[in-house]
Amino acid sequence: MASKIYQCVEQIGNAIIENKDFLTDLDREIGDADHGVNMARGFTEVLAVLPQEEADLGVVLKKVGMTLLSKVGGASGPLYGTAYMKAAVPLAGKTSLTVADGKAVFEAVIGGIQMRGKATRGEKTMLDALIPAQEAYVAAADAGADAATCLEKACEAAREGVEYTKTIAATKGRASYLGERSIGHQDPGATSATITLESIRDFVKGM
Amino acid sequence: MVGIVVVSHSKKVAEGVVELAAQMAGANDHIIPCGGMEDGSIGTDAVRIMEAISDANTGDGVAILVDLGSGILSTQTALDLLEEPIDARIADAPILEGAVAAAAEAGQGTSLDAVIGAAEEARTFSKNL
Repeated sequence: MASKIYQCVEQIGNAIIENKDFLTDLDREIGDADHGVNMARGFTEVLAVLPQEEADLGVVLKKVGMTLLSKVGGASGPLYGTAYMKAAVPLAGKTSLTVADGKAVFEAVIGGIQMRGKATRGEKTMLDALIPAQEAYVAAADAGADAATCLEKACEAAREGVEYTKTIAATKGRASYLGERSIGHQDPGATSATITLESIRDFVKGM
Repeated sequence: MVGIVVVSHSKKVAEGVVELAAQMAGANDHIIPCGGMEDGSIGTDAVRIMEAISDANTGDGVAILVDLGSGILSTQTALDLLEEPIDARIADAPILEGAVAAAAEAGQGTSLDAVIGAAEEARTFSKNL
């Protein structure tokens, strides 16, 4: 039987693949029109190579990261690949997750993306969804909320973050060529990061 | 001898740059193209770049010439993925001019510092002769 972590990655992958055209259309507005195609190609390969029975969260997430590094092709490959590989570090040897583990994962993922992309909040990137999501998650966790509630708060904040990316100009990545003309469009990376979080939330709620 | 890796989104670009650079390379046969994805489509692949860096290394280090965007991010990721300690560095240089200058320098049997320096000097070549 497929492990829980396999099922969770499968849910994320299916959501990314379902949103392939949507993400690519967003990227056509302000980038090079490949985000959805690239991410879908990466996750199609992930679902093909990931061992279904493997339950060690660290092993599974490292494999996801290595596969995305190799198969996505665009800048989202090293960014998402690094994110999953960093998430694997605090989870090595574990087969289940606590609310506190989630805090460690957020920290590792955001640290990895910042290290790789040299971006900060407010540059119209995936960080504009992930950093508010982290803050909301940590606040809920520290108030004693359960995992589903923490993730719900994180997703709400990430969605607001995606809306915020419509109001700012890009200074990183392909969209920065457009400068002020990128205002009015939501960031494809912030969108795919939010789709990822929502998939995790839905998976946890269904457990 | 310092090895050289040429990273591009395009397999053809990487191979073409290496073809030109090899004319200047003397006896250096460690000039390796790493372009596109495994299936030949446009993109960059950090795992294949890591393998190319390992293949190019003879112990004297590796100079890496890269194109745009994810070419840089994937190469930086490849450097983090290296399991053996290799002195490998990205030259802050135009991919073609930098590769030709690096190949000419490396062919003299000089150090990685000198090869990177030669590649980066290629930024200043004027085309308004």
